[in-house]
Amino acid sequence: MRRLIYGQGIVLLLLPAVSLSTQVSAEALAQLKAVGREGAGNETAARAWKEVVQQGPAALPPILQAMNDADAVAANWLRTAGDAIVERALTVGRPLPSEALKQFIRQTQNSGAARRLAYEWLCRVDPKTPDRLLPDMLQDSSPELRRDAVAAVLKQARSQLDKGNKDAARAAYRRALTGACDKDQVDLIVKQLDKLGVHIDVAAHFGFVRQWLLIAPFDNHNDVGFNIAYPPEKSVDPKAVYKGKDGKEARWIAVATDDPYGVVNLNKELGKQKGVVAYAYAAIESPKERPIQIRAGSMNGIKIFLNRQELYHRDEYHHGMEVDQHIAHATLKAGRNELLIKVCQNEQSEEWAQEWKFQVRLCDAVGAAVPFTQVNVP
Amino acid sequence: MKPLIISSTLFLLACSTNAGDWPQFRGPGGRAVSEEKGLPVKWSVTENVRWRAELPGRGVSSPVVADGRIYVTAASMYRERRLHVLCFDAANGEKMWERQLAATGNTMRHPKTSMAAPTPVTDGRHIYALFATGDLAAFNRDGDLLWYRALQRDYPDITNQVGMAASPVLAGETLLLPLENAGDSFALGVDVKTGRNRWKAPRRRDINWVTPLVTRFRGKTAALFQTAGDITAYDADTGEILWSHKGNNLGSVPSPALIDDLVIVPGTPSVALRVSADSKPQVVWKSRKLKAAYASPVVYQGRIYALTDIGIACLDAATGQEIWRERLGHGFSASPVIADGKLYIAKEEGDTSVVELGDKPKILANNDLKETLLATPAIANGAIYLRTEKHLYCIAVKR
Repeated sequence: MRRLIYGQGIVLLLLPAVSLSTQVSAEALAQLKAVGREGAGNETAARAWKEVVQQGPAALPPILQAMNDADAVAANWLRTAGDAIVERALTVGRPLPSEALKQFIRQTQNSGAARRLAYEWLCRVDPKTPDRLLPDMLQDSSPELRRDAVAAVLKQARSQLDKGNKDAARAAYRRALTGACDKDQVDLIVKQLDKLGVHIDVAAHFGFVRQWLLIAPFDNHNDVGFNIAYPPEKSVDPKAVYKGKDGKEARWIAVATDDPYGVVNLNKELGKQKGVVAYAYAAIESPKERPIQIRAGSMNGIKIFLNRQELYHRDEYHHGMEVDQHIAHATLKAGRNELLIKVCQNEQSEEWAQEWKFQVRLCDAVGAAVPFTQVNVP
Repeated sequence: MKPLIISSTLFLLACSTNAGDWPQFRGPGGRAVSEEKGLPVKWSVTENVRWRAELPGRGVSSPVVADGRIYVTAASMYRERRLHVLCFDAANGEKMWERQLAATGNTMRHPKTSMAAPTPVTDGRHIYALFATGDLAAFNRDGDLLWYRALQRDYPDITNQVGMAASPVLAGETLLLPLENAGDSFALGVDVKTGRNRWKAPRRRDINWVTPLVTRFRGKTAALFQTAGDITAYDADTGEILWSHKGNNLGSVPSPALIDDLVIVPGTPSVALRVSADSKPQVVWKSRKLKAAYASPVVYQGRIYALTDIGIACLDAATGQEIWRERLGHGFSASPVIADGKLYIAKEEGDTSVVELGDKPKILANNDLKETLLATPAIANGAIYLRTEKHLYCIAVKR
């Protein structure tokens, strides 16, 4: 078997403390990344996993590099291999390549998940790692590193508040907000800032879409409507009028939500109905082409379309709703984009199964709002 | 009519775990009965605690025990996006290894449950851990990853936003996965050596939390999968349907129980089925006295013990007649387990009631660990293992 040397240059450059004679097989790493659906490649990957782990700490930087373009499944194969190496090395007192880990973390073009993993390994050998690295990570591309950086600033803010230094506390909470993307942290910051006399536009912070055109009712009796492409899925004509469920007229109406989390209550806007489908449409102007995530919350069956392409669906009803519950990966094009949300209500009669709501926000991969404007549709 | 369901003994022989082990949800064969004796009746945060280990995250999964090692799962970080499989030394609670996975599936859940809700299963040499995210990993006893799958990647329409919680079980060389849910709903038989599918059988589309039960039927290993609408026996090797019983309002949370040729199916009402080789399953009795909510009933010496909303009900397994009923408060998420003639009932607020069984029940103790306690206890090695919100306890009489 031909053995390839993976990232040997990196190892040579970054691992002076680690034996340079160790060779990390690129073939083994490639086999870990080649796992497929339904367990395809598992046996080969298991052998490769052992081979990589046997390389010891020298394999850690190549493992991290391999994570950069690994899918989520392969990344977990690589993660467990790295964890096993670190655990076994520390048990027998072998050093980790700390400098290489630090450099990998600092190189922000590396994947957030891999940088976070390197950070966790580094924390195990150097407990002062958070103090050293987190202050520069408030805008980090790793959601977990960013969250910890926000938490560190929140701790400072709390400390200032406890000392009665309101100005310093206010400044710290404002700084924390620049990095905060997770709802629990944002809620805490907004609450504290409110007490300190600062009002935050929460919907703007998260990037919630607030103006919509809504249309209903299309038939969802026996949940059939989820898979029927009603006219709005083909094209949106704001002036069109359709024959909806039970012959009722379906026409577009404009609504705006002032809910801080962008929630649109369809029972309120369209009247309480069961066994129906509604569509929500928004025209979005983006200053440039960019990858985004369209994150939605709804306790109803939902489909997400951007520019007439279906990106996401979830056919489940009344099992809860939360911010960022549904995530669709998309690319906003420069200029006008058409966002369409299909929200299906079923026919359950229980008291807890009556809500018909949704919320949608546009953000980057870490959860920070992306810039966009909403275009008024006549 | 020849009864064909055979008691758990046969299955214990097929596993490499020891008689005193607790290898899966509700112990050997999923029967929730341990042969251990000399277990403590009273304990507290300090009394009769052999050791206590800190856990890195929440979980409602039970610990499993085999060959001197304890395996437990946990979930941590924001919205439980990090998953943990841990191995502890049963003798002293020292952590032997820990592996982590990044969640690949949706982590939406009811606040009470966790991504670490399904209990792992072990054959003594391997540990199979399933998470509510659909992440499924097999390790050897030393923590080497043998195979891994991301089921929500394999099957993107799996969905249960309350949180999946049914546990995998082993039937020989097949790992049985209950994946009944609100979307792409099915049961899966997975090859324990490779993690690849041996069979996939469609199931009723609805959220469900029932852990399958393994038994025998017509010389075959049968896996009983239950939903609110049916209980169906599948050939564990092939996925072929061996028998099925349709029902209304069968339980979607508690697991069934076995006694000789009877299958006790919790529900409203609960049903006792007699399964024979030459006829369809026959309903022997129905009872509304056996109202299991979350907890699974346990069968012991001809009687069924089930937790109601406020206490315990004891029924005659042969007739379904109630023998006694005892108030015990409320808040039962964990299933009761039995050892040495005593029923151990873990309650959500952290106390475990120990009840001596007999013609009349006798409450011997209520032992408070002062932490949320949602996981079903495990009993092995002369000890009771309790998994609380933050800790894993080994409760044992001091040597």
